[in-house]
Amino acid sequence: MTHPAGSLLTAADLHKAYGPTVALDGAEFSIHPGEVVAVMGPSGSGKSTLLHCLAGIVPPDSGSIRYNGQEMAGMSDTQRSALRRSEFGFVFQFGQLVPELTCVENVALPLRLNGTPRKAAERAALSWMERLEVDGLGRKRPGEVSGGQGQRVAVARALVTDPRVIFADEPTGALDSLNGERVMELLTEAARTTGAAVVLVTHEARVAAYSDREIVVRDGRSRDMERAV
Amino acid sequence: MNVRQWSRDLALGVRFALGGGREGWVRAVLTAVGVGLGVALLLLTTTLPTALSVRHEREKERADFTYIYTPTKPSEDSLVIADNDTEYQGADIRGRVMEPEGADAPLPPGLSSFPATGDMVVSPALKELLDSPDGATLRARLPYRITGTIGERGLVGSHELAYYAGADGLPDRINPPDVARIDHFGSPTRGDESDPVMTLLILVVFVVLLMPVGVFIAAAVRFGGERRDRRLAALRLVGSDSRMVRRIAAGEAMAGALLGLVLGAAFFLVARQIVGTVEVFGISVFPSYLTPHPALVLLVAVAVPAAAVGVTLFALRGVVIEPLGVVRTAKPARRRLWWRLLLPVAGLAALAPMIGQGRGGGDFNEYLVVGGVLLLLVGITALLPWFVETVVGRLGQGAVSWQLAVRRLQLSSGSAARMVNGIAVAVAGAIALQMLFAGVDSQYSKWTGNDLTRAQMEIRATGAAPVAEIAEGMRATEGVRGVVSIADADVGDARDEPEHSAQVSVGDCASLREAAILPSCREGDVFYLADTADDTETGKLLTSGKQLYLNPAYGSGDSQAGTVGWRPPKDLKQARSRPDPTGVERSGFLITPSALPSGAADGLRGVVYLSLTPGAEDAQEQVRNTAARLDALLRPETLVSKKRTAEFSSLRTGLFVGAACVLALIGASLLVGQLEQLRERRKLLSALVAFGTRRRTLGLSVFWQSALPIGLGLVLAAVVGLTLGTVLLKMVGAGVRIDWTGVLAMTGFGAAIVLAVTLCSLPPLLRLMRPDGLRTE
Amino acid sequence: MSIGHTLLGLLESGPRHGYDLKRAFDEKFGHDRPLHYGQVYSTMSRLLKNGLVEVDGIEAGGGPERKRYAITDAGITDVERWLATPEAPEPYLQSTLYTKIVLALLTSRDAADILDTQRAEHLRTMRALTERKRQGDLADQLICDHALFHLEADLRWLELTAARLDKLREAVTA
Repeated sequence: MTHPAGSLLTAADLHKAYGPTVALDGAEFSIHPGEVVAVMGPSGSGKSTLLHCLAGIVPPDSGSIRYNGQEMAGMSDTQRSALRRSEFGFVFQFGQLVPELTCVENVALPLRLNGTPRKAAERAALSWMERLEVDGLGRKRPGEVSGGQGQRVAVARALVTDPRVIFADEPTGALDSLNGERVMELLTEAARTTGAAVVLVTHEARVAAYSDREIVVRDGRSRDMERAV
Repeated sequence: MNVRQWSRDLALGVRFALGGGREGWVRAVLTAVGVGLGVALLLLTTTLPTALSVRHEREKERADFTYIYTPTKPSEDSLVIADNDTEYQGADIRGRVMEPEGADAPLPPGLSSFPATGDMVVSPALKELLDSPDGATLRARLPYRITGTIGERGLVGSHELAYYAGADGLPDRINPPDVARIDHFGSPTRGDESDPVMTLLILVVFVVLLMPVGVFIAAAVRFGGERRDRRLAALRLVGSDSRMVRRIAAGEAMAGALLGLVLGAAFFLVARQIVGTVEVFGISVFPSYLTPHPALVLLVAVAVPAAAVGVTLFALRGVVIEPLGVVRTAKPARRRLWWRLLLPVAGLAALAPMIGQGRGGGDFNEYLVVGGVLLLLVGITALLPWFVETVVGRLGQGAVSWQLAVRRLQLSSGSAARMVNGIAVAVAGAIALQMLFAGVDSQYSKWTGNDLTRAQMEIRATGAAPVAEIAEGMRATEGVRGVVSIADADVGDARDEPEHSAQVSVGDCASLREAAILPSCREGDVFYLADTADDTETGKLLTSGKQLYLNPAYGSGDSQAGTVGWRPPKDLKQARSRPDPTGVERSGFLITPSALPSGAADGLRGVVYLSLTPGAEDAQEQVRNTAARLDALLRPETLVSKKRTAEFSSLRTGLFVGAACVLALIGASLLVGQLEQLRERRKLLSALVAFGTRRRTLGLSVFWQSALPIGLGLVLAAVVGLTLGTVLLKMVGAGVRIDWTGVLAMTGFGAAIVLAVTLCSLPPLLRLMRPDGLRTE
Repeated sequence: MSIGHTLLGLLESGPRHGYDLKRAFDEKFGHDRPLHYGQVYSTMSRLLKNGLVEVDGIEAGGGPERKRYAITDAGITDVERWLATPEAPEPYLQSTLYTKIVLALLTSRDAADILDTQRAEHLRTMRALTERKRQGDLADQLICDHALFHLEADLRWLELTAARLDKLREAVTA
């Protein structure tokens, strides 16, 4: 497949191996602005690797990834880091909040990495925390809040830079279904209102149901279910 | 709680530490290596007194006491020996030239027979040097055939350079203390007179070196603490009560400590051999010197595991191990200042009564000194956690890297302070000692007055090699830029026992200008120096109108060589004195050689000053070689601006070496802690990288994380060190002067360790920052 | 679902007209399929016949919707018994999907394709339910969740089957 017109982020024929383990074997992907796409598949199928490649965290061994029409394969690590700082947001399953920073400082962190002064960054952080219903936790540290609250803080952090794409890797994996669904609701709603695209890696169908469409990764190959039907 | 229960739990902990899978092993080995290094250092340090005293003994046994000024007759048991020490490429060479006068002449220790004339017996190190290409120049200086080696009994170090050579004709040249007739080896001094200041210095050096080792061992038994906590929680889950768990933890620490003892013994034995093969600051020892006292070994063997258990139990005091995890008591009580201040104050109180006692040669109470210094230094370990907590708690906002580091420190200022304790103690002690050294420097070293810009070497003429000959030889020597030769004599108003006398300096115009400011000078001129404040004799000699004599005799009745009549010429010129290259101001007369009456030259005692071509590497060696060729007993000396007594300087270098070792050791433990922390935060680091954190930011935050507590530790160390230094200086009665170079050197050392630790943790940090950490499958 | 027991339960809070009953039922339980008047009528007359309800009063005009029904003691007992009896868990041993897969394997058709198509269909439904859940009230959410969990169970089965297709092919073609 070539890169479809109007897509924000596309990937074609991605290959990636970690030593002898083949993680991606010709995977493809595309997402439009404002779209929520679920990446599903069994454990070890390569869905996390696909996300890491799409987000420019790891370079693929071969294949093409274009963000906003620009080829990411040609970018240096510094350029990709800058792209991740300014254009992308991230939510992971766990281990992502800096334990010694307060919640509001955690949320403000990406802005500060981009050079926003502390006061302004924390103001923006607080307003996002309000939208995610965790504004009361500002002064607490991640160790002092519940898993669901922590994950909302993480979502606020992913959104605080007004990213064009949010990458979420099993964002509800460590949560019970009630908290998980609330987090998904808040995430997709926030993404819709800001027009951000969401790449959602999950193995849970109920979480994937928050997406607009899904692709399935199996043995390192992707399958776009929209086209399959 | 009974002994059975205790030992069962401890044993369980030991088994747990050794059988806990790969992770358990890594932790145990890490602890063991840390403790082992500490133990080895501890053992090495405890052997130092033995090593020093053995060295001292050997030195005494081989001493040739040559300060015998009353003439003695040759006998069956006499030996004429000449000190012929030389220096080669900065290393001292102990040289003796001997001629036995009878069958029972004393044989120096380490020799089996006297070397024949033209032969020499050398130390193994000297033999090696002479055989190597490096020793070619020295080979030319020592024109003897090597016939044997000096045994260990005759040497004070494995790397000592020494030789005994055989010669003849020595009795004619007896000239104490350089050449003398002796009938035995061995120093006649009756034991050691202990110098209270030196005793104080040695005591403090030991305390200062050993304290950080203790702190380091305490830190080493806590390596991997967080993982251990998780395992302990699992033990609680299967039904251990909280006391059992604590004892099991103590057992684990003990296992590491016991393993550490074994490793430490091994390290020590290896180090002992290595120490035997190296030379530090001109000092080497034989491995056999480094034998610790059995009581000290026993003490180490018991104290280290006991301390490991104690430290672990103490560390777990604020920790509640629950079945589902470890809870650090929610908000640890704010650290209080008052009891922490008690320790240093008590230390000062212990030292205070002894202020001023060193001057009168009075004794210090050793227990009070050690106790006081210990209390002051231990006070640092008590004050530092409070200090770090208070300061870090107040630190404001800054860049992201700063914020990450500060917040981390705010959460765990205690563990940060623990890490730095060792460095702080070592630096404080070292600063205090530096100050003490600098302060008592004047007592143990003196300015020589030498002006090194004018001359760098000096050779005193001997009977066999007069000034003119030396000067000529040296002018032809490679690397010598200028030769100034001035011969000294006296002039008096009588042939024997003159009433008035004055100094006479003989030399060519260029040489005389080194000792005086001359209006003009031609060969044949004679000058007088009338301006020297302490000399009125010259004027009296000039105005008395009496017949003057050069080289008058002073009552010995013997006919003095070269005594001749002399009359100052009519055109006597006046000159003004200036210090010669060794800082001496001359007085009397200055005479150019051709103005000297015939026969007078025999009575001159000459000295030649040499200035060397800057950058000519081998110049000094060439000068020494030329001198040896002219006369084997000529001893060119290198001029130095300051002289220091040997014992003092070895103590000072000892401190430097020790402090360097200790700081390096602590740096290693800091590094281990840092790496452990990084490993635990692998996931977080990967997440931070994912959302675009620059490597620089994380690297800087790692830097701040060690730089901040170490910086604070150094500040505290400087304060305590300067206080201790001041007290110690007052104790020995020396003027209090802050040795800023010492402070800077030691804090710089600490700073270098921060940098080294940061640099060493960067590669693993960068590796951990790779996105692999995000992979969960 | 037993409509009779549901209507009886609704009557327990007080007598109602047939039309009221239908409205209450639709509001609370009839999200997908509202009741017909005919269903209410036939159910009520069965309950009347069994003595579980009685007619409390009739308004002028006649017709079943004008009758006011009240629950009898026997009716209350019956509701109680129904609530206390656990529902038999459905074992779903007869699965059309399974049949399809085995047939595809036997005829060498692409069984994985069938699974993927089914999976996409399931997800489409789940997406619709999720959307409805987002806009609905708590009752809506609970109803949708019930369906979502069932669909998710199906999806898990689809995943598992997809992972074991090779073994299954061996088993059925042997």
